[in-house]
Amino acid sequence: MPNIVVLVKQVPDTNAKIAVNGGRVDLSAVKMVMSPYDEFAIETALQHREASGGEVTALTVGGAGCDKILKDAKAIGVDRIVRVDAEGEMDSNALQTVLAKAVTELGAEVVYCGKAAADTGAGSTGPGLAERLGWASVSNAIGASFDDGLSVIAPSGAGNAKLNVPLPAVVSCDKGDFKVRKPNVKGIMQAKKASVDIHSIEVPASTVTVTSHSLPPAKPAGKTYDGGAAAAEVAQLLRDEANVL
Amino acid sequence: MTQTIVIAEINNNAVHPSTAELVAAAMAMGDAPTVIVPCTDASVANGAGNMGAGAIIAAKSAAFTHYDAGAWAEALDAVAPQGTLFTGASPQSKDLAARLAARRNLAVIQDAVAIDGNSITSPVYSGKAMQTVSVNGPAVVSVRSNVFPPSSGGATEASVLDTTGNVATSVAEFMARASERLDVGEANIVISGGRGMGSPDNFVHLEAIADTLGAAVGASRAAVDTWEAIPHAMQVGQTGKTVNPSLYIAVGISGAIQHLAGMRSSKYIVAINKDPDAPIFQHADYGIVATWEEALPVLHTAFKTMLG
Repeated sequence: MPNIVVLVKQVPDTNAKIAVNGGRVDLSAVKMVMSPYDEFAIETALQHREASGGEVTALTVGGAGCDKILKDAKAIGVDRIVRVDAEGEMDSNALQTVLAKAVTELGAEVVYCGKAAADTGAGSTGPGLAERLGWASVSNAIGASFDDGLSVIAPSGAGNAKLNVPLPAVVSCDKGDFKVRKPNVKGIMQAKKASVDIHSIEVPASTVTVTSHSLPPAKPAGKTYDGGAAAAEVAQLLRDEANVL
Repeated sequence: MTQTIVIAEINNNAVHPSTAELVAAAMAMGDAPTVIVPCTDASVANGAGNMGAGAIIAAKSAAFTHYDAGAWAEALDAVAPQGTLFTGASPQSKDLAARLAARRNLAVIQDAVAIDGNSITSPVYSGKAMQTVSVNGPAVVSVRSNVFPPSSGGATEASVLDTTGNVATSVAEFMARASERLDVGEANIVISGGRGMGSPDNFVHLEAIADTLGAAVGASRAAVDTWEAIPHAMQVGQTGKTVNPSLYIAVGISGAIQHLAGMRSSKYIVAINKDPDAPIFQHADYGIVATWEEALPVLHTAFKTMLG
């Protein structure tokens, strides 16, 4: 029965407006939520548990403010919730080193995570963690089955491929053609009572440091036309002015 | 100067032209890079000639037959010099960048759109802000396409190095895409429909224009969620694909923040919507306030005349 870990991360609500003050992103007025792709990872982890037994542990790295998304994960149905207590900016190297230690401490055989966190959009954590652990990895999975060992469906070339994945492995999850379960009343009640296991792990120094944030350069105002007949003129401008045809 | 290495982008068993953009990105940080071409047949590496490389290495291995992140990272690590490595920013290349970085205990910076020495800028929060970082020492950097002007000249001959990697995953079956059409993530022109198209049947009008332009057909999340006939593979936006084409045509799409996140970095944006207050118009280079029924036939005729 596999010991399953799912990585979750707290990020700003994806519908929130992002403000920059003094050269830094200012998130003080922004609602924080679980990164949307993590919901697909939790769903896949729970399906894995249903197929083969075992236990699902949701793991995050952050300060006490991140306990909320762990409780959200608990309400959806994970068994245990664990937070590595660490705050401040970390580069990918520092974060993955911490996660590799935590996953080893938890005795995991398979790790699921979102294909990317909604804040950085980087998608580095899953494959980077796998490399550090010496495990197999598949990224951007859109489906998984557990009947005869783990197999996942992921993009390959111009289409998709069904891949057999030997454990231990890390699988990063994209939105697939499945519905994610939502918390029910029982789950929410259990989550309220659940306690977060806190792990302390030393964070190595980062070699990449954020120097500034800025808003994306504003696009010059475009031209707007009334009525469908203007489409002919727009087509001509795409060739003559924009040079894209 | 920083020693730089470019991992060539491979598509259909050939070096993709965007590799020349990666060379330019590497030269914004350091010397002319060594370009490493992952291949099963060393002659593929000839395609990296005249892209501005300082040297070209054909990294030849059976491990490169199918993509396995761990095997590719291992096989490339064995032949790549030390220094800062550059890859493309396709989903597969970002995955490889992350594994390569971890293998060498380096940090990875994804989706670079500007490089100035050790200072690297990439979009964060789905493009709602830009983040600039300072890199101390070697790193792995993935670079967005259509940002750096391709470099030329340089090395033409590749030296061949045999390498090997341990392939963990195996392909049980390949599943053809439901549609024979170009993928939105790969196309240079994308035409997308939203719920304003009224019905999934009306997407045939977008497909007709796509055929004329050699474009891919995309869709908004609202369209994908509303109509079963529109598959998730077509979705552009936060929970779909991020696209960066030269031309993006949004038809009947209001421009929710979810959608903008996936297409705002397109070079030129055309919006067709009957609602003059639709947010998409604030991001469009060319906006047409009209129903799709009015605008699309005119647009299609104009494209056909121009390109016919």
